[in-house]
Amino acid sequence: MRSTDAVEWAYARWLDLVLAAALALGGFLLLEHGSDGSHVTGGVMIAVAVFMGLYRISRRVAVIAVPYLWLLVFFLVPFVIVIKISLSDIALAMPPYTPTLDPAAGWSGFVDFLGKLDFDNFEFLTMDPLYYKAYLSSLKIAVLSTFLTLLVAYPMAYAMARAPEEWRGTLMMLVILPFWTSFLIRVYAWMGILGREGFLNSFLLWLGIIDEPLVILNTNIAVYIGIVYTYLPFMVLPIYATLEKLDGSLLEAAEDLGCSRLQAFWLVTAPLSVPGVVAGCFLVFIPTLGEFVIPSLLGGSDTLMIGKILYEEFFSNRDWPVASAVAVVLLLILVVPIVLFQRNQQKQAEAGK
Amino acid sequence: MAQPHKTPVVFAPWENPTEKPLIEFKGVTKRFGDFTAIDNLTLNIYQREFFALLGPSGCGKTTLMRMLAGFEDPTEGAILLGGQDIVPVPPNKRPVNMMFQSYALFPHLSVWDNIAFGLRRSDMPRDQIGERVQEMLRLTRLESFAKRKPHQISGGQRQRVALARSLAKAPRLLLLDEPLGALDKKLRNETQFELMDIQEKTGTTFVIVTHDQEEAMTVASRIAVMDHGKLIQVDTPAGIYEAPNSVYVADFIGDVNIIEGNAKRIEGGIEIHYAEGAAPIRAMTDLDIADGQRVSYAIRPEKIAVSSEPLTDRANHARGKIIDIGYLGHLSSYFVTLGNGQKVEASMTNARRLSRRDFTWDDQVCLSWTDTAGVVLTR
Repeated sequence: MRSTDAVEWAYARWLDLVLAAALALGGFLLLEHGSDGSHVTGGVMIAVAVFMGLYRISRRVAVIAVPYLWLLVFFLVPFVIVIKISLSDIALAMPPYTPTLDPAAGWSGFVDFLGKLDFDNFEFLTMDPLYYKAYLSSLKIAVLSTFLTLLVAYPMAYAMARAPEEWRGTLMMLVILPFWTSFLIRVYAWMGILGREGFLNSFLLWLGIIDEPLVILNTNIAVYIGIVYTYLPFMVLPIYATLEKLDGSLLEAAEDLGCSRLQAFWLVTAPLSVPGVVAGCFLVFIPTLGEFVIPSLLGGSDTLMIGKILYEEFFSNRDWPVASAVAVVLLLILVVPIVLFQRNQQKQAEAGK
Repeated sequence: MAQPHKTPVVFAPWENPTEKPLIEFKGVTKRFGDFTAIDNLTLNIYQREFFALLGPSGCGKTTLMRMLAGFEDPTEGAILLGGQDIVPVPPNKRPVNMMFQSYALFPHLSVWDNIAFGLRRSDMPRDQIGERVQEMLRLTRLESFAKRKPHQISGGQRQRVALARSLAKAPRLLLLDEPLGALDKKLRNETQFELMDIQEKTGTTFVIVTHDQEEAMTVASRIAVMDHGKLIQVDTPAGIYEAPNSVYVADFIGDVNIIEGNAKRIEGGIEIHYAEGAAPIRAMTDLDIADGQRVSYAIRPEKIAVSSEPLTDRANHARGKIIDIGYLGHLSSYFVTLGNGQKVEASMTNARRLSRRDFTWDDQVCLSWTDTAGVVLTR
C-alpha cells in the first residue's frame, strides 16, 4: 500500500478527524498540566490537529465543522477539564489539585494518573446537607421567580402586542433599554431602592403607610425582586413574539362562534402563546438556577443558592475539586431543562413550516 | 344561470311584496374617520337567498359583511335581522356565523374540535354535539380527517372545515368572506357547486363577499354590485349581465363593448349615431330618451356575429377589419376596428372540432346584431 493510499483510506473512514480530536485533547491536557517542556509538545499537537481539521474542512465540510469546532474548543474541552478537576483531590500547590498528567511518564504514567482520579468530592457533596439544601433552595428560588416573572411579563407582552403598530417598536425598545446599563449597576441600584434608608422606605414613610422601615434588602424578597427585574426582558420578548404573530381573525372567529372576549382569550390566545411562555420560562429558569450576583448582593446570609456556594468553595476555600464537583452537578441538573427547551424550539420550528 | 333551486317554481321572494325580508339595511352609513365606507345604504335580503356582494376592493362590501357579523357598528341607520335591530347585539350573541377569508381555523385544535368549538359554547348537550359534528363532517366529506390538525390537511379541505365550523350552529345567516379566494381555479369551480348544494340542503341564507364576478354569477340568487359604498345595481345574475343599469355594471361583469353616440328617437326605440358615415345602431329601449341625448350602448361580444357578408335578418351591421384573434378553445374572440377607429370584440363559439377558420388577420368582415342584442345606458 502506497502512503497516499493509506491517507485516502484513513480519510474515507474519518480516522484523521478522530486522530485530530485525540491530538487536540492531548494537547490541551498537556498545556493544562504539563511541565515546561511538555507545553511545547502540547502546542505542536494542537497545531497538527488544527491543520488536519482544516485539511478536511477545506475539502468538504467547512460549514458544519465551524459550529462543531466552536463547541469542541469552548465547551467540550473546558468541560472535560472541569470534570477532571472534580475527580481530583485538593492540594497545596499550583494548580491547587492533584494528580496532574505528566506526559514524560508515558503510558504507565497515564494509567497511574487515571487510577488516582476518584469520586470522593461527589461523595462529599452527599454527606454535607449544605449542598443538597443549596440545590433545593436554588431550585425553589428559580421556579418561584420564573413564575413571578411570567405573571409580570405576560400582561406586558400582551399589552405590547395589542398596542397600535407604530408604538410597538418604541415599547420593544423600552423593554430592551435596561441592557444598555451594566447589570451590576442595576442590581446595585436596587440596593439603594430597597435598603432601610432607601427610596422605597422613605417614600412609604412619607406617605404614612408605614411607621417603621420595612426590612426588604438582604432577604429572599429582595432576591425575587432582583431576579424578576433582571430577567423580565427574557420572558417578555418570546411571549411578545408569539402573541404578535397571532392572527387577529382567530379571535374574531372565536367570538363569532359564541365566545366572550375572556373565553376567547383562554381558548385561543392562551394555548397559542404556550410556545412563547415555555421558551421564556426556560430562558429565565436556566440562568436563575445558577445565579450568583443577585443573591450575594441583595440576599441575606440565610439566602442559600448554589451559585454562592460555588463562589465560596472556589475563592474562599480554594477547594477547586469540590467547586468543580458542585459545578458538574449543577450542569447535570440543568441538562434536563435545556434538552426540554431545545425540544420546544424544534417543535415550534416544525409547526412554523 | 345556475340557481340553487331545481323546482320549476321561480325563487324570487324579492318580487313578492308580502314576503318579509330576513335582513334589512335601513339607511346605513359607516364612516372610518373621514372615509365613508358605506354611504346611506338600504337593502333587503330574504330567507334562503344566496346573496352576493360584488365589487372592487375598497368598495365597502367587506364592511357591510362585518356589520352583519357584529364586528363593526354602523355610524348611522339600522340593521334588522328578522325584524329586530341587531346593532346592539355583540357578535357572540348573534344567530349569524362567518366563514373567514383566511378560514381562521384554530391551529391548536383538531378538525373535530374546530367544528365542535361553537357548539360547546352553546347549551347543546354533549352527546348531541358529537352527532352534530358527525353530521357536519359527512356534509363536507371530511369524516376521515376528523383527528387531523389544520396544518395536516390541504387547502381545499381547510376550506371545507371552515364551512363546516360556521354551519355547525345552524345559523340563520351565514357570511362567507371571499370563501374560495385561496383555492386554484379547478378546485374553485368544484367548490362553488358544493357550496350551492350545501346551501340548498341546509336552507341557510348565505351572504357571500367576492370580487370574482364569475363566482358571483355561478352561486348567487341575487348580486349586489357595489362601488364607493353605494349599491349600483341589485339583481339576479341574468339581470345584471343582460340588463345592466349603468356602464359601470356592464363593464364590471363580463366582457362588453361600449359604443357612445347621439340618440335619435324612432318607432319602437332609438337610433344611435356613433360615427360620421356609419349606419346608426338601432336599439330597443324602455328608457325615455330625448333626441340628441348622449348615450352609451353596451353590447356583449357573444351577441355579435362575424361574417363576410351582412346577415340580413339582423337590424344592425358594421364593417371592419380584424386586427386580432384570440383562440380560447371553446370560443374565438375577434377584435375588429370599425371605420371610425372604434374597436369591437365579437366572439364565436367553436362548435365544431377542426373546423376551418373562415377569417384571419386583416380580413374585412361584417358584424351583425339584432336591435335587442345591446342595452342603451344613460349613466
